[in-house]
Amino acid sequence: MSSTDHVKTLKIDGRDCSARAGETILDVARENNIPILRLCELEGLSTVGACRLCLVEIKGARKLLPACATAVDEGMEVTTNSERLQSYRRMIVEMLFTEGNHVCSVCVSNGHCELQAMAQTLGITHMHLPYRYPKKQVDASHERFVLDHNRCILCTRCVRVCDEIEGAHTWDVMGRGIDSKVITDLNQPWGSSESCTGCGKCVHVCPTGALFEKGRSVAEMEKRRQFLPYLTLMREERQ
Amino acid sequence: MPESRTIVIDPVTRIEGHSKITLHLDEHGNVEDARFHVTQFRGFEKFCEGRPFSEMPSLMARICGICPVSHLIASAKACDALLAVKIPPTAEKLRRIFSIAQVVQSHALSLFHLSSPDLLMGMDADPAESNIFGVLGKNPELARDGIALRKFGQQIIERLGGKRIHPAWVVPGGVSEPLSQQDRDEILKTVPEALAIALRSLEWLKSTTEKFRSEIESFGNFPSLFMGIVKKDGGLTFYDGELRFVDASGEVIADRLDPSRYFEYIGEKAEPWSYLKSTYYLPMGFHDGVYRVGPLARLNVCDCCGTPLADEELAEFRQLQAHAVRSSFYYHQARLVEILYCVERIERLLNDPEILSTHVRALALPNALEGVGVAEAPRGTLFHHYRIDEQGLIRWANLIIATGQNNLAMNRSVLQVAQRYVDGDKLTHGMLNRVEAVIRAYDPCLSCSTHALGQMALTIQLVGADGAVLDEVSRP
Repeated sequence: MSSTDHVKTLKIDGRDCSARAGETILDVARENNIPILRLCELEGLSTVGACRLCLVEIKGARKLLPACATAVDEGMEVTTNSERLQSYRRMIVEMLFTEGNHVCSVCVSNGHCELQAMAQTLGITHMHLPYRYPKKQVDASHERFVLDHNRCILCTRCVRVCDEIEGAHTWDVMGRGIDSKVITDLNQPWGSSESCTGCGKCVHVCPTGALFEKGRSVAEMEKRRQFLPYLTLMREERQ
Repeated sequence: MPESRTIVIDPVTRIEGHSKITLHLDEHGNVEDARFHVTQFRGFEKFCEGRPFSEMPSLMARICGICPVSHLIASAKACDALLAVKIPPTAEKLRRIFSIAQVVQSHALSLFHLSSPDLLMGMDADPAESNIFGVLGKNPELARDGIALRKFGQQIIERLGGKRIHPAWVVPGGVSEPLSQQDRDEILKTVPEALAIALRSLEWLKSTTEKFRSEIESFGNFPSLFMGIVKKDGGLTFYDGELRFVDASGEVIADRLDPSRYFEYIGEKAEPWSYLKSTYYLPMGFHDGVYRVGPLARLNVCDCCGTPLADEELAEFRQLQAHAVRSSFYYHQARLVEILYCVERIERLLNDPEILSTHVRALALPNALEGVGVAEAPRGTLFHHYRIDEQGLIRWANLIIATGQNNLAMNRSVLQVAQRYVDGDKLTHGMLNRVEAVIRAYDPCLSCSTHALGQMALTIQLVGADGAVLDEVSRP
């Protein structure tokens, strides 16, 4: 096997980069300090490509591809930032805002929210789409945590961390399209879940204020995620 | 045949919110009736349903950008009642400072920015000049003093809460951050100037008031009840106390009432022509139970201020009229006495040895399903009342706001001023400005007072050429 089977060379935004075979564009961009926006991807968890914010242009490809779920290839030329990509990203974030009920001013995650930060990064100051104002529920049945569906963007980080790191698989997604929602166990109140260990990992990987600790007031919910790569590493070493 | 006519003042200027006044004239051109309509519509009591109670202080603070701190305090106190905890003493003292810093800034806004043009240039001044810029031209020191006093209050709010408007610092169980020594010292440095301004402004106002003898006689100068919370010793307080009602003769008619049982003493009634509900003292009924709240009422109900300079001014204030001070024109002076009290009190609280303690929050899950929080907002007594379910989600909320409690008195005052000054045949700016000025004396905050959602007050009248009402549709 030649070394070119293990090492790929490619260009990201005009910069020459080398990568190991099997790495994703996002992995390589991260190693080279090239920022790519994303909301569903989180280091230490599997990839789902749900949010589509990391879409990039690849020379020769007819469609845009998600950097988090696209493996690098020899000679690839990737553009992470163009007016077209930015306008799509703005549209995606606008749709997230208008689809749910995201009221930053009274949110526990105000100032510490990835969705809010994303909107600021993309320069979103107002919505072009009408708000849907859906009537969604708040599940505060858990002793320590609250789930507010109004602020959920269906990134599924909670589902993945619970399944892949904690091993409980309390969380899942039910429904289709606009009716999709995250559920605990068999769509029962979180507090009545038999599989939930109460570890709180889901709360801390949640990018918005959809999952938070009880008793937190506005702007008080800061998420701690340092544990995640460490836990992943420990699990891999044991295997 | 002469017809009855209606004069509409829309919008009422230099107040906080949107409203109009209608004056109904009889066939001789005399004012027959007057109404103060609040024309904006909110809905806070309804859309907070289903939200976690811990969001309520910040959610309710969004009712108003002028007095968010009062809503934060009353709401956090209601949440303390849900937690059923006693908050740490330092947290309570910090909340007290926060609360009265806002009284200073809000009173300064009302008196200097909104009402001082009338007081300085007279009620008949050119409307183009009747504003803070006009005051800056005519008496720059007065305008600067007003701006400086407001800054004093706002900067304390910023130092404690992190920002001037809508800080999220007051939380159920206390406050989120302790006060640093540096911030304490910086605030203390600003106290002497604020005290000097308060005293100098009082001298100016007292020397000016004599020019308005006619207005004093007709600006809501009628007997009514007054209500406010007072400390156990009867002293003035903005944070915590018991309800007291005083009648026009200055006699205490109800005392030591538990504020959390407010619904036993205060009735609420909606009128079809305004989004603003009216409240009244329940035992005396809707017509006789008219009461006033706010600075004038607080100084009428309290036994003393509890700080030396403010107590001197209170003694002088009490001499203005026999028994209770009844003319709503004196709201202005009462505001300055309160500013003086607040500045003195802030200094005293900041020098308290406990004030820098870092134990500022009691942590608990809800232990009660119902909680009432009461505080004195700049404009009067503010009630927040919540019910939650077992999960801590809001199921029901009721708010009673100062301006709603002054509604009946404001309407009566408008009628009194209009009957004294408005002559239907020859309208002048000065007449109409006086009608607006009496409203300004109450410093109504209409954004606060129309927080509720419920029965949408709407009446459409079909009026024939002869003035007769042919048809009327009312949404109850």
